[in-house]
Amino acid sequence: MVDFGGWELPQQYTSIRDEHLAVRHVAGLFDISHMGRFKVTGDGALDFLQGLLTNDISRIGPGRAQYNLMCNEQGGIIDDLVVYWGDDGFLVVVNAANRERDFEWMRGHAPAGLGLEDRTSELALIALQGPRAEELLPATGLDDLPYFGFRPGRVAGTSALVSRTGYTGEDGFEIFVEAGRVGQVWDSILDGGRRDGVLPAGLGARDATRLEAALRLYGSDMDESVNPYEAGLGWTVRLDKDAFIGREALARTKQEGPKRTLVGLKTAPGDIARHRAAVSSQGRRIGAVTSGTHSFFLGYPIALAMVEVASLRVGDTAAVDVRGREASAEVVQLPFYRGSARSAATAAKT
Amino acid sequence: MAGRLYTKTHEWLSADGKSVTVGITDFAQAQLGDVVFLELPNPGRKLEAGESFGVVESVKAASDLYAPVAGRVTEVNDKLAAKPELINSDPYGDGWILKLELSGEMPKDTMDEAAYKAFAEPQA
Repeated sequence: MVDFGGWELPQQYTSIRDEHLAVRHVAGLFDISHMGRFKVTGDGALDFLQGLLTNDISRIGPGRAQYNLMCNEQGGIIDDLVVYWGDDGFLVVVNAANRERDFEWMRGHAPAGLGLEDRTSELALIALQGPRAEELLPATGLDDLPYFGFRPGRVAGTSALVSRTGYTGEDGFEIFVEAGRVGQVWDSILDGGRRDGVLPAGLGARDATRLEAALRLYGSDMDESVNPYEAGLGWTVRLDKDAFIGREALARTKQEGPKRTLVGLKTAPGDIARHRAAVSSQGRRIGAVTSGTHSFFLGYPIALAMVEVASLRVGDTAAVDVRGREASAEVVQLPFYRGSARSAATAAKT
Repeated sequence: MAGRLYTKTHEWLSADGKSVTVGITDFAQAQLGDVVFLELPNPGRKLEAGESFGVVESVKAASDLYAPVAGRVTEVNDKLAAKPELINSDPYGDGWILKLELSGEMPKDTMDEAAYKAFAEPQA
């Protein structure tokens, strides 16, 4: 068990390798109840979120979810989050470590009459992720749920809110269910899927799969000192919508162009480049690794690095610090692996 | 062969005369998680007691390995290059790491299994 934003989470249930491969080949079940869940309700809810977040929620509509960023006035990223537009308001799912800070920030900007509730303790959240997730989820009422769709249904006989979203690059579902019933839903999904190879998957598999898919991790790949363009998340910033916090700074950044950018690195087996490892090119330091791990699925270590813009191109060779020596790293196209998520998609990138 | 002894840095050692086999403990492999790579010395290298002789890379972190006794490396477990996961699946058997020819005394600060358990368990 590791401490993760005050929650005890398993790094692995059995083996990171087995869990990682289960997610890529069949499906893995993640307990992501550590993530913060806020409910935003009231007439002003949409305008409130539009003024706080960089993406344009009016482009989705009820029954859809959207990846989004919350930035400060300087355009630094306070958190990355997903907004789920439900029948009776919005759910906002934030990173565990930022939950209290995010809630205070949101409360500080909330207009009178807005409903803003932290539902993290009452509403559990689990995710079934993998190419066979749709077939292996015991659910009703979810037929033809599109990629990033969100609707009420029943999972293992229990009322749930379900979205076709995830953090692994695979097709899959995130399932919001009353905390008192989640144990039964969890067991039921695992019991039903065991014969096909469904495994419970821990933080290790979650980190490896999200990194292969080049999905950014707050606190590693970005924080308040990083702007969305540097993080490669400029597509979530809609400068053409009405005013939102950080817009002026972000418009300037976009016009000037970012000074740093995230690139993908591949190294030889054994050369795992860790968070903060120095990256250099032609003898000059150009940046640092933000995330790195060994990919059991790809068979070699992979890393994301934040480097000076235009310093590296795909196919170039860079040097990265591994255990105090310079290891050779190849710059590769992101994502490192494209899973089943987009092929299950009927909706475009939101 | 005498019983297995354990160090505070989570190596185990087992002596057969002057030949000492070294590995990492079951507790250590569980804490490290899936091992993906080992950097190990070549046979012939002389190690001081407590000297760092290699690195074990798991998905989570790189951790140093320390020689529990002074001695010369006589053999390195070649299987680990292709199958580092043996450290996880069989830490006291096929996952042994190297053999040393003892050059001095056996250390006095090792623990037997019961003492090691009492030492390691509160850290879990």
